[in-house]
Amino acid sequence: MKIVVCLKQVPARDSLLRLNSAGTWIQETDISFEVNEPDIYALEEALRLKESQGGEVVVCSLGPARAQQAIKEALAKGADRALHLDDPAFANLDSFGIARAMAKALDAEKPDLIVTGLQSDDFGAAQTGVILAELMGLPHSTIIMAIEVQGSAIKVKRELEAGFFQFIEMSLPALLTIQSGINKPRYATLKGIMAAKNKPLKKLGMADLGLSAADLAPRQKFTRVYVPEKRSKTEFFEGGGKDVAAKLVDKLKNEARVL
Amino acid sequence: MATATATPQTLIKGGSFLIEDRSPDEIFTPEDLTDQHRLIGQTGREFMEQEVLPHLDEMEAKKPGLLRELLRKAADVGLCGSDVPQKYGGLELDKISSIIISEEMARDGAWAATLGAQQGIGILPIAFFGTEAQKAKYVPKLASAEWVGAYCLSEATSASDALNAKTRAVLSPDGRHYVLNGTKHWITNGGIADVYVVFAKVDGEKFSAFIVERAFAGVSPGAEEHKMGIRGSSTTPVNLENAEVPVENVLGEVGKGHLIAFNILNMGRLKLGAGCIGGAKHLFAEAVKWAKEREAFGHPIADFGLIKEKLGEMVVRIYAAESMCYRTTGMIDGMLHGIDQSAPDAGRQILKALEQYAVECSILKVVGTEVLDFVTDETVQIYGGYGFSSDYPIERVYRDQRVNRIFEGTNEINRLLITDMLLKRSMKGELGLIPAAQRLRDEILGAPAFEEAGEDGLLADEARLVAGAKKIVLLVAGSAVQRYLQALADEQEIVAVLSNLCMDVYGMESALLRTLKKARSTSEDECATEIAATRAFVYEAADRMESEARRALGRISEGDNLRAELAVVRRFLRRNPPDTIELKRAAADRAIALNRYPLIEPR
Repeated sequence: MKIVVCLKQVPARDSLLRLNSAGTWIQETDISFEVNEPDIYALEEALRLKESQGGEVVVCSLGPARAQQAIKEALAKGADRALHLDDPAFANLDSFGIARAMAKALDAEKPDLIVTGLQSDDFGAAQTGVILAELMGLPHSTIIMAIEVQGSAIKVKRELEAGFFQFIEMSLPALLTIQSGINKPRYATLKGIMAAKNKPLKKLGMADLGLSAADLAPRQKFTRVYVPEKRSKTEFFEGGGKDVAAKLVDKLKNEARVL
Repeated sequence: MATATATPQTLIKGGSFLIEDRSPDEIFTPEDLTDQHRLIGQTGREFMEQEVLPHLDEMEAKKPGLLRELLRKAADVGLCGSDVPQKYGGLELDKISSIIISEEMARDGAWAATLGAQQGIGILPIAFFGTEAQKAKYVPKLASAEWVGAYCLSEATSASDALNAKTRAVLSPDGRHYVLNGTKHWITNGGIADVYVVFAKVDGEKFSAFIVERAFAGVSPGAEEHKMGIRGSSTTPVNLENAEVPVENVLGEVGKGHLIAFNILNMGRLKLGAGCIGGAKHLFAEAVKWAKEREAFGHPIADFGLIKEKLGEMVVRIYAAESMCYRTTGMIDGMLHGIDQSAPDAGRQILKALEQYAVECSILKVVGTEVLDFVTDETVQIYGGYGFSSDYPIERVYRDQRVNRIFEGTNEINRLLITDMLLKRSMKGELGLIPAAQRLRDEILGAPAFEEAGEDGLLADEARLVAGAKKIVLLVAGSAVQRYLQALADEQEIVAVLSNLCMDVYGMESALLRTLKKARSTSEDECATEIAATRAFVYEAADRMESEARRALGRISEGDNLRAELAVVRRFLRRNPPDTIELKRAAADRAIALNRYPLIEPR
């Protein structure tokens, strides 16, 4: 089974975040980066599938040179090889652009299964995986809790709301976005870390993928990023129970507009 | 070496920091760590968080089997064989990787001691000094933690003076065994080990090492010691009552046990120093978080000057210690580079390289343990009553860390060693301290140099102060040797002053070079905290050195001579002190903003 794990490098969770001067994103100097946490669960799921089914795990990541740290971590944990999509033109892509570049790279791989984390810790759009599936013409399913291989197909458990689950049988190849917390991710052994440096890591730029800047043009942009402004205030009603209840209903209807 | 480090390949003599100048490019700094180093640190951190820290209470309660289980898990990750040749089941990591592991493991003192006894003093004597047969038999099983190892040097009445051991070994009449009698004390992993490296005197004279299996007749560990700290680790006596040890289990040569006993300690000191510095960084993060959460008078206590002063001082001291540690380890890796670890004599070559930096290893042991001691004490203070309560974790850390100043050679012994080794090397002509002291004397007697008109640039004043500080060491050492000659060893207080001076010089220069190196590859703005920490350390070290030099010279010299020497001290340490309160506040503010020790990225 050939499994591709798409993973992203994101700012570390305990970073001190400051907005950039344009107010459109955070300053990336002076912060450290780590593997997007949901993607770590996807990687673990892929490694377990490889252990039970045999085959190969390929890591695919789009990002600047620093993303190699994330790729090496995945290789150290047991992925077999990696594709690093790195090109100055890949800076500031939206979910569509990232998916488009990845689709080009992964079409050639012809994987049986692609897994990603449910969403990224930085943008949290949960879009890249599903757009990638659409671009590649693959069936997909999101928020996956468990994967069971059944011959050339899979049965997956998908989380719905309010404690409900959906079980879906899917043909392969397919793409799944993995829910966080479904497994206990392994840590890299020192031997794995040593072995990682000899594993193939292929760099692919825009030209290698046969894409132009126009193909990747963002379809969305950030106009302003800001720290939430505090606007709520607490109001105390005085008087008897009936009066207070009436005032409350009035406020909820006419000010908060939730009734 | 299996790991390529960015270590500069200049071979630098141990102790030469006192008389030679280095450029920033020549030293290894934490900023030079590779992706591989960072991943090793991350694995260490995750191992601690997932496997060790959740079990601290069970460890403290001595849950049977737990330490062995944790050692097995550590071995599966590769942590037990990090310094062992690949041929014997190890990973042959570079020493930068080893100290990164030590830094992470040190989040719990009991665990750090347990693992350290296994992967360091447990395995390495055999891996470095064993015969092929001994290595093949013992090292792979120790690296995989199928067997647990321990190192038995101390006795009830000999520890720092280990060569006074009373344990005796006598060859059996048939010449097939040595029969050992005696009791070794304070043995880490004593209660759980399968293999002991035991030091004993053959016929009560020839100090020698033996590989002793617990299964041998007459070998038994005693009861667990009741300790102030690291209660989760096993510490017992090991009793040898007519213990029969096959002659093929003599480690190294009969009568040459001291080579093993003392050389192996250099690595132990390096790793203990590194571990303490790592532990201090982890603890510091807890102190910062607490200071931000705890409120008094309507403010988080982190807002208050006296708390910031503590945090700032911690950052400054950790920064200097960390700079010394990575610099030293980088030099060791430079020296180890190119040694074929599968060669039969590889172990001896490795230990020889470590011996070259024995002075620096002792410095790190003392500095690392004293930095952690300081950081722990101030963290208890910041926690206030909660630091004193056993319901909070800091109380345990306070008890656990106390032993660090005692084991791997007490800090007093290491202070004596630092000066002793430096002087011995210069007597042998290996280190040019004597000619340098002579040149200094000529300089003092000659016309005043135009040294004040030095270069400008980043930290130029501090660089001049470091150069002056080196001269202070030569001045005091020269006077002391001239006055006491061979009897200097009896003037232990002065010997310790000399070591203190050396430690401060090494710290000043290491912090300075590291900051300059980072500033070259980034910008002064990005190094603002590093610059603040360096300046605070350099000036306060100069204060300490001036006071220490006066103390020593006050005993060594008198009259006009003393007055002249004190004038020279003032001249070499002439300085316009900066606002160190502001420098430390800046360091503290950065830590408060980041919730951690601010001068190295977290793993």
